[in-house]
Amino acid sequence: MALEIDGKNIATDEEGYLENLNDWSKEVAEAMAISEDVNLTDEHWEIINFLREYYEEYQIAPAVRVLTKAVGKRLGADKGNSKYLYSLFPYGPGKQACKYAGLPKPTGCV
Amino acid sequence: MADYDIPELNGAGYIKVPALERDTMKGKGPFMAKPEFQEALHFPDDFEPVEGGGYTLVPDWKEKALAKLDDLRHRYRSLQLYLDICVKCGACTDKCHYFIGTRDAKNMPVARQDLLRKVYRRYFTFAGKHFPRLVGAVDLTEEVVNDWYNYYHQCSQCRRCSVYCPYGIDTAEISMAAREILDTIGRGTKYNNEIIGKVFKIGNNLGLPAMALADTLEGLEEDVEDDTGIKVRFPLDEEGAEVLLITPSADFFAEPHVDGLIGYAKVFHEAGISWTLSSHASEAANFGMFIGSYENMRRIALRIREAAIRLKVRRIVFGECGHAWRVAYSFLNTLAGPFDFLDPKYPVPQHILEITWGLIQEGRLVLDKSQNDDKVLTFHDSCNVARATRMGDRPGGQFEIPRQVIRAVCNHFVDMPADTIHDATYCCGGGGGLLTDDLMELRVKGAQPRMEALKYVTEQQGVTHMAAICAICKSQFTKVIPYYGFTMDQIVSVHQLVSNAIVLKREVSVQARPDADDADDDSDDA
Repeated sequence: MALEIDGKNIATDEEGYLENLNDWSKEVAEAMAISEDVNLTDEHWEIINFLREYYEEYQIAPAVRVLTKAVGKRLGADKGNSKYLYSLFPYGPGKQACKYAGLPKPTGCV
Repeated sequence: MADYDIPELNGAGYIKVPALERDTMKGKGPFMAKPEFQEALHFPDDFEPVEGGGYTLVPDWKEKALAKLDDLRHRYRSLQLYLDICVKCGACTDKCHYFIGTRDAKNMPVARQDLLRKVYRRYFTFAGKHFPRLVGAVDLTEEVVNDWYNYYHQCSQCRRCSVYCPYGIDTAEISMAAREILDTIGRGTKYNNEIIGKVFKIGNNLGLPAMALADTLEGLEEDVEDDTGIKVRFPLDEEGAEVLLITPSADFFAEPHVDGLIGYAKVFHEAGISWTLSSHASEAANFGMFIGSYENMRRIALRIREAAIRLKVRRIVFGECGHAWRVAYSFLNTLAGPFDFLDPKYPVPQHILEITWGLIQEGRLVLDKSQNDDKVLTFHDSCNVARATRMGDRPGGQFEIPRQVIRAVCNHFVDMPADTIHDATYCCGGGGGLLTDDLMELRVKGAQPRMEALKYVTEQQGVTHMAAICAICKSQFTKVIPYYGFTMDQIVSVHQLVSNAIVLKREVSVQARPDADDADDDSDDA
């Protein structure tokens, strides 16, 4: 599978995650979201940017609890919970948000 | 919500056995493993991608598949026996959750096993060699391989059908053998084999590196301190601790798993047992079993031995993980023993529930059951724990101990109908290496029998939550129960209930950091 951004083909795996993490750009995230009928708002970008920062430091997506805690600290306690994250990313913040952020899919018993 | 029909629940607490249908689940099976995933597991990687997705088989695949089948039937006498003795009595036909949920005739356990058995008969029995049509023996063709790949990944190796087989045929062994054969001809699954590669490279299924693990655990220490005012430790790689805790990496990452991990930590804290996690063996799960690969199962298990030696621990304890407990309880000594360097006073290994139940019986935990009064609990027996292991020192301990612990920490507990619990438990629908999004239809449909039982106790006895002791069960249920009208937060870890009820009396951890008090004053904004 591939995404086409500005005439350039970007390789993704069977589930739409980037094959090469360096291919990520804001346009890539937008294109992925459009294909799943999600309109990326500032709230979505807050999460996507946090995921990218965390990945940069730890080479893995943050655990659900780490993510909710960080969101709570940055955006207010009422948003520091899974419910808020699921409202933004209905297929699960771990998987859908990671995809838009260009991160590999979390694997295992999750 | 989905482009397939979600099975309807009748709410009567029993299963209506569906009429057989042909090929409702015919398909390509789960995503296939790339050559690089196969190579890491020491499987052949000389196969190529094909246009439109998927891969070729390896050169001379037919000879290689038959040679592997021959190898396995000699290596495991049980497999030879199971291939020979089925008399097609039909006792297993309606016992499989995937058959019930999908109605596909090939998902009757006897029919699924026959996909391999009919090839065995053709090449390895007198009647099959000379009169194949008389005995239902068939040639090994690519079409048969495709059926193997598709339908042997519609078996979660839960072994419920085996309970009802008058010969005791262990269907899971047939599925495992089929998957091992598939792996030797270039047909591995992406889900299982990518994950096993991550264990070899990083130490766990998630690919959670040591630094991220340390950060996650530190975060949990802060959370528990915020909640309780007490510095409960979550030690990582602490040499000389008494206990090495081996737990599924999902416990670090997902919900409600992490609430169970907090429960284990509080139990160790309160009992004054020093413990540690290991970044080298940061995974309890052993997917080597799912793919039937003794070699890979052993490579994964040896990491536990290595960590135990390096950290100089005296006991090994397993967290809430179903098949891990099977590998640990039934195979660990063979795979990675002898464990003569551990303290002989304790069984090797122990389950966290055995520790907690022991402490409760000795009166060493103060419990406030009212903390769980907002819930009416039921308990899902995980298939591997229920049918392949034991806990404690009495038969049936694997059923009783989890329930005794739940009753000790909750006022309201009821069981689901008797033909859906204990050794008759139904699989969650996601076990055996099938917990992947590309098998979502199968997972949703396979959960039907458990959902039927849950709906019954919900409506009849007011059950609000279902507790589980397996990372796969917890992830599978939180994902699929919304399809049946429940909500994901109705699934809880057993040690999450313990965590809610436990009253922390010990103010300072036996593993308190020496500088803990100094750091206290200026650490808030760190």
